Amino acid sequence: MANPPKADDTASKAILRLLRDCFEIYRETQRYCDITNGVRNILQDLSLHILDIVENSIDAGAKKIEIIIKENVKQNMLVLKIKDNGKGMDKNTIAKALDPFYTTKKTRRIGLGLSMLAQATKEADGTFQIKSQKGKGTTVIAKFVYDHIDRKPIGNMTETIIALIAGKGMDVDFIYEHHKNSHGFVFDTRTIKKEIKDIPINNGEVLNILRENIIKELKRIGARP
Amino acid sequence: MKKLKIGDLEKIREKARRTANLRQGKARAKITVHMGTCGIAAGAREILTALMKEIEKKKIKDVIVTTSGCAGLCSREPMATVEITGKAPVKYVDLDAAKMKKILVNHVLKGTVVKEYALAIGSERTY
Repeated sequence: MANPPKADDTASKAILRLLRDCFEIYRETQRYCDITNGVRNILQDLSLHILDIVENSIDAGAKKIEIIIKENVKQNMLVLKIKDNGKGMDKNTIAKALDPFYTTKKTRRIGLGLSMLAQATKEADGTFQIKSQKGKGTTVIAKFVYDHIDRKPIGNMTETIIALIAGKGMDVDFIYEHHKNSHGFVFDTRTIKKEIKDIPINNGEVLNILRENIIKELKRIGARP
Repeated sequence: MKKLKIGDLEKIREKARRTANLRQGKARAKITVHMGTCGIAAGAREILTALMKEIEKKKIKDVIVTTSGCAGLCSREPMATVEITGKAPVKYVDLDAAKMKKILVNHVLKGTVVKEYALAIGSERTY
């Protein structure tokens, strides 16, 4: 009887390691698929997408983040633009950024944010674009067909802006511009900081007044507050 | 296009100044709401809003509310970490607005950790 083939020790160990890694990734993927399905249902509106993208910007070290929303009913178009001055991405990273299995985070292996917004534009016959330059910053532009049945609603922009200021307003400046047809307004935390001088912008009373003012302005331009 | 001008701010400046000791680091407690993609999807923004409103309602002045990113435990979101100065931080999981309010009252105000919502006691980096 022929000798049974003797396993090459190093090779089999390497294969085992690989299998174990694969399994771990598979398990993690399954868990995230569950979450992603949930996410697609739960990140129902664009204001939550915006909060998410802006959190990315903050993670990228941005100190100034512009959030621009243009609702143009006549041209049947909704444009979202988020522009930051964070560390930016090189060409390779931009290409990878839309892959849901790409993340720079050390805490998990899968990123979701950008790919989900891209998906949301696709569902509403829109377009999605990332412009970035290493060391300069990143701009994300999402365009939607305004009256498309699958276009997610804008949602509660007021709470998104207030959540951002409450969490990071002391270190980061936010400029929120919202236009509806020919009306619009600009909300700039730099101006507000100048006005309130030594009061921190994340002070509860300040946030309340900011909240009321944003709601008032959104109503004035005919957008949903 | 109109620039948003905040008229009332001047009026509340004086009032706010007396209570605004957060920046000087005099806060007694810090509550961090996790705002990664997973947290946002699970409802972190509502938790934050509820928390801010409750702090306002109860006129609590020595608590900082802030946000952080994904902590690597996406399936247990929404999560928040409560740090009382001088004590070990406590991470709470599977939150909703009602649970957050209970944590604010029991843990932050009365000093008793709400064990049934807590994941573990320790710092942010778990691995």
